[in-house]
Amino acid sequence: MEISVRKVDKTVIFDLSGDMDLGNTPAVRKAFLREVRENRVPRVVINLSRVRYIDSSGVASLVEALKASRDVGSRLILIGLSGSAREVLQLSRLLKIFEIYDNEEEALAA
Amino acid sequence: MTLKVPDSERRSNDRERSSDSRDGLLMRMELPSNPMLLCAVRGAVERLTESFGFSPQECRAVTRAVDEALTNIIRHAYCGRADRPIELIFSSIRGHPINGRSIQGEAGLKNAVGLEIVLCDRGPAIKPEQMCMRALEEVRAGGLGLHFIQESMDVVEYKRVKGTNRLRLIKYVHVPKPGLTA
Repeated sequence: MEISVRKVDKTVIFDLSGDMDLGNTPAVRKAFLREVRENRVPRVVINLSRVRYIDSSGVASLVEALKASRDVGSRLILIGLSGSAREVLQLSRLLKIFEIYDNEEEALAA
Repeated sequence: MTLKVPDSERRSNDRERSSDSRDGLLMRMELPSNPMLLCAVRGAVERLTESFGFSPQECRAVTRAVDEALTNIIRHAYCGRADRPIELIFSSIRGHPINGRSIQGEAGLKNAVGLEIVLCDRGPAIKPEQMCMRALEEVRAGGLGLHFIQESMDVVEYKRVKGTNRLRLIKYVHVPKPGLTA
């Protein structure tokens, strides 16, 4: 899995590519939590448009990042969910707890 | 990772007895408990389920269940060690689900075709309390894997056999009721 991070004004955007499974979620989780807890950016956007697969450990990482962002008063936004990613969040009954937009423009305007 | 092709002579005699009859072994995989191999297994399961006649949604469901079961073995049975043995046996079966959830269609209930997947590991025996799913109302990380498996498969059975954990998963090919369209 590839993780790239960029900053647009006061928003940090994670562009993820590949599969979020047990093999790589520890690195993803670490990157999310560092940005939210240590750098305390007001808004974190996670771009999942190039993520083909998310397993339960990937969902757990997203939930942890969401909780950490709430703890420090920042927003965590998911964009570009594929049908498969949406299906997994639906199955987890966690779809409604995330702030979700179709694309980056909508997320930055929100 | 080793992938073995079907061999009609090679039938496990010690498998669990059930109401299902086996048409045959489809695929057998032996791999170490390395998380980096999960992607390769998913690829193989996706292709197998496609050729088995499952719908795209069912293919994703079976692939997800196998992936989550492997993840549980790596995390819980082997505590993250990457060099422990795991075996997966994929067979075609014919029968009807007694312990599993009902499936659509009268024809399907009487003589359903299903994909059976047995996952074997040599970790310590699993305690019943470890097989509990968490309440989904809780918003927290963890505990979702078993829920995904239960939601994805028609039959989920665990047995401890001669020092081996055996997780048996079955997904039946759902036969739509006459007059209903997908």
